[in-house]
Amino acid sequence: MDAALKIVVVEESPVRAAILEEGLREAGYTNVLHIDRTTRLLKHIYDADPEVIVISLENPSRDMLEQMFQMSRIVKRPVAMFVDRSDAASITAAIDAGVSAYIVGGLQKERVKPVLDVCISRFNAIERLKDELDRTKSALEERKVIDRAKGILMQSRGVAEDQAYNLMRKAAMNEKKKILEIAQSILTASELLK
Amino acid sequence: MSASKDKLRVGFIPLVDAASLLIAVDKGFAAEQDLEVELVREVSWANIREKLNAGIFDAAHMLTPMAIASALRVGQPIQTRLLAPLTLAINGNAITLSHRLYDAIADESGGKTAPLDTAKALARVVRRREKCNEEPLSFGMTFPFSSHNYQLRLWMAAGGIDPDEDVRLLVLPPPYMVESLESGQVDGFCVGAPWNSLAVDLGIGRIMHLGSEIVHTLAEKVLAVRSDWADSHHTILLRLMTAVMNGAEYLSQEENWPETARLLARPDRVGVKEHLIMRALSGLLPAGFNGVVKSDRRYLVPATSLDARPDERQAKWIYEQMLHWRQISPDRDASKNARQVFAPGLFDEAFPAAIGEKQQNEPLDGVGAFATL
Repeated sequence: MDAALKIVVVEESPVRAAILEEGLREAGYTNVLHIDRTTRLLKHIYDADPEVIVISLENPSRDMLEQMFQMSRIVKRPVAMFVDRSDAASITAAIDAGVSAYIVGGLQKERVKPVLDVCISRFNAIERLKDELDRTKSALEERKVIDRAKGILMQSRGVAEDQAYNLMRKAAMNEKKKILEIAQSILTASELLK
Repeated sequence: MSASKDKLRVGFIPLVDAASLLIAVDKGFAAEQDLEVELVREVSWANIREKLNAGIFDAAHMLTPMAIASALRVGQPIQTRLLAPLTLAINGNAITLSHRLYDAIADESGGKTAPLDTAKALARVVRRREKCNEEPLSFGMTFPFSSHNYQLRLWMAAGGIDPDEDVRLLVLPPPYMVESLESGQVDGFCVGAPWNSLAVDLGIGRIMHLGSEIVHTLAEKVLAVRSDWADSHHTILLRLMTAVMNGAEYLSQEENWPETARLLARPDRVGVKEHLIMRALSGLLPAGFNGVVKSDRRYLVPATSLDARPDERQAKWIYEQMLHWRQISPDRDASKNARQVFAPGLFDEAFPAAIGEKQQNEPLDGVGAFATL
């Protein structure tokens, strides 16, 4: 068991960091440290003295880590990027998920792979959550547009709410458009007619 | 028509030296070549490299030394052979300092502003701080394998400073430079446009030197592709190069600068105000004090057929810098490998008319530092 493997997660977003840390703890890694600051990043890493560093591809501080390849005196031990050359798919999976890992001090790659796998699956889960949130948000926006169009119809035609909705639905069917598009043209027209 | 277009994904970092690539897409030169190019704005050079290597990008805007480092297999996790068939920009960096450090240097140099004088003055500032047991000065640069790193080092070395011992050099992403200077994390930095001008505009720093004062005519960025992709997508690559070259020709006309600045200002491109981009294109950069304007027509040159051909002398010069600053160890094949990244053959095939045109591509010493190497 690799419980003691010392992992540093470099992540500015507290939510994302929490999700990653939780994932790693669930997988049995208890020695996980989170660095959220980019100022003096290398010093923070030096102080933490980790065996593995995990960082998201969205984090511009990745280039700062590149300096560690050059200047081993900044970090006590040599640093390399984790790449399992025998497994091109895992590289692509990591890049697709948006995460990269660095190995400090010649740690065996077999010990790093499971860490990276946890991070990949957590990052993918974060992406899915984000997509879901985006979809919910746009559904809410659509709802608002339709409600406003309904209100305009109710006022100008003097009809009830369900009749206003039916009017839009009928127009949508006749014109082979989405009800949202009809609602949007009602809003545009009413703006122009003001 | 659009159905038959070849789709490409190309990565870039928000910098004015990507202009010919960005304009090639935004002014329709790529579409003229039946290419549908998706430009992807990236946050780090490491991402550019990994995504190009992994095949997520077909081509990328890349630091010239980064492309060469890939051939030497240093700082390169995925071992893919890269080619640089086209130079995107010559020059384009500047060194910006905090007001305090600028003043300290001006005091020491007695107002002399030649790079050799300011470097010697900086050395005196460094020694004085040492004597007073003050923290060493810190300077930001964008990547270990970058012209910014070498220009800063050459400037300092000309004054007798050992950049590895006497000061701290920190890698910082270009968009972080200005806030790092403001917070005091660094005392100065070397970065490409528009970030020096942004520091000036915000009143945070002053431009000490244009990169072209330190080393004149340096192949700053290249268009990089994977070697195997270049083989399997030969004609597409030649068309992409033609589109980018047409972008560069467009940029060489002064009347096109305002439109270029407008397009580059958008948040999905460089994402800064238009007037800052105009400064880089025109080579007229207010330095941030007393109305001084730093000026050089060749401050940042989007490479046209005159200087876009990859030049072995550039590769050799960069290789020598890597050796000199101990980023690599001497190796019999390394120099040859470094030069093989450049693909002038592809350039000649794409632009046969340019063969024999005057190449102005040798890095020239502006600071007197080469002599000390």
